[in-house]
Amino acid sequence: MKVTTEDALHIAQLARLRFSPEELEVLRRQMESLLSHFSQVSELDTTGIPPTSGVLPLVNMMREDIARPSLTVEDVLRNAPDREGDCFRIPAILEEE
Amino acid sequence: MNPLLRRPAHEILPMLSRGELSCRELMEISLDWMSQTEGRIHSFLTQDGERALAKASALDQRRAKGEMPGPLFGLPVAVKDNLATKGLRTTCGSRILEDFVPPYSATVIERLEQGGAVLLGKTNCDEFAMGSSTENSAFFPTRNPWDLERVPGGSSGGSAAAVASGQAFLSLGTDTGGSVRQPASFCGLCGFKPTYGRVSRYGLIAFASSLDQVGAFARNVRDCALLLEVIAGYDSLDSTSLHEPVPPYLRELENDPGSLRIGFASDWLAMGLAPEVERAFHRALDTLRGLGFAIESISLPHSHYALPTYYLIAPAEASANLARFDGIRYGLRVPGENLKDLYQATRGQGFGAEVKRRIMVGTYALSAGYRDAFYLKAQQVRTLIRRDFEQAFGAVDLIAVPTAPSTAFRLGEKVDDPLAMYMADLFTIPISLAGLPSLSLPMGIEGGLPVGLQLVGPTLAESRILQAAWRFQQATGLHDLVPPLAGAPRA
Repeated sequence: MKVTTEDALHIAQLARLRFSPEELEVLRRQMESLLSHFSQVSELDTTGIPPTSGVLPLVNMMREDIARPSLTVEDVLRNAPDREGDCFRIPAILEEE
Repeated sequence: MNPLLRRPAHEILPMLSRGELSCRELMEISLDWMSQTEGRIHSFLTQDGERALAKASALDQRRAKGEMPGPLFGLPVAVKDNLATKGLRTTCGSRILEDFVPPYSATVIERLEQGGAVLLGKTNCDEFAMGSSTENSAFFPTRNPWDLERVPGGSSGGSAAAVASGQAFLSLGTDTGGSVRQPASFCGLCGFKPTYGRVSRYGLIAFASSLDQVGAFARNVRDCALLLEVIAGYDSLDSTSLHEPVPPYLRELENDPGSLRIGFASDWLAMGLAPEVERAFHRALDTLRGLGFAIESISLPHSHYALPTYYLIAPAEASANLARFDGIRYGLRVPGENLKDLYQATRGQGFGAEVKRRIMVGTYALSAGYRDAFYLKAQQVRTLIRRDFEQAFGAVDLIAVPTAPSTAFRLGEKVDDPLAMYMADLFTIPISLAGLPSLSLPMGIEGGLPVGLQLVGPTLAESRILQAAWRFQQATGLHDLVPPLAGAPRA
């Protein structure tokens, strides 16, 4: 099981994680060793075996849409790292040309 | 220490309800013991002593006015720091939530408080419940009250250490792959992971949603039944909550479970077991036979694949669940030049090494080109593992297996070797993948350290497990154990 530096960098981008080159190299080697170990599962023939995504026999749970008390705007914004009025403040999303 | 703190909760509660002991008085004794011991054990990330005293006084006043006391009236309890507590900091053991104060409480917290329990504070855990030793806490490790140089297990290590040391009578943990049962084993406690869906997870900060379950710690089986009865039950706020009535676990506890057939899987012992655990386990099987239970050999042939299966599925789910920690609405924000830069900087700084490792492995297993070979394959193997259990429970009523392959290991012993750390959950993970209820309870003390036995049942067989466990505990006398820190070691 080979994980290249490019692979590790790509995965870090997907996961929105930043690493120093040294950290990434340690992680790359650990991923290689862990994924090699975990790829044991490929030894098993699972043709026709349905996947288990959850253990409960539950399907969509429906309920009446009943109004109930909810959090106030102030409660919701109390943990905001940055706010402006009743909004979360974030850096610009649309880049200027 | 004050001997009241070593008494079982079920003996203290009637004293509190009748007013023979005031809630305030007991709380003062508890907090005093906490201040004497916390500097050595480090069970708590956040202590809430002042509020606990005020709540205890308020309960005393309500009793004086003739109000009916709840089932946990006035009892000092501790809860893991991945359960949201309104107005009380909830960090999940992570820097990314270091200053997070939830605006609401988890359903299990509300049930505890409605039952009259008083929270002492929030207990230490591996960051986002990812770990088996509590060493992955971003803040500090917790020590095992049986030996301060050893880990209490994890990830609910703080909750286990708090109850074992006598700081709290009961506590809540959470169990995704063994995080209640394994620390219970390492700390000489009862630790119950109920059937998936039995206890509400509303307000539990999600790690791996198809596996996470809230569990109970206690020093004896009766107290464990009491706590489980308070927290179990349907919750409309959790869409994976089971709509099934909760049996009166406590009232049914001493009922005769009949001549149970208990399965013993020899393929599990071959997976690697410390000799002292194997010794204690064979003694436990003899004790179970002596109680009139039939021990029968069963086969769970895919158990060998449970560890890799779990470590593909759980990180994959975690990588999705932890996407919410982005520095926008709550938690740490590290400024960046643009939004993507902000995300990467926040998550890069806010998460610890193990959490990042699992997010990377999980993202890899879900990424284009690898999803079928890893994630889908693991989900199919999970079906095979579940079928093994279904088949076994056609022939036996319960399964007995050691909780962990070893007793508590030393701090630092496994921190640099992720795979060695993962192995600590070898015997708890298959049960988690099948979503089954399992109780760990002490089956011996070897070299001064407790060893746990798991009793595993089919879906919703909590009562049967408790009945068998109660008889086992009566036969062995291994309950309400006192670690050296809290007094003389038990002979």
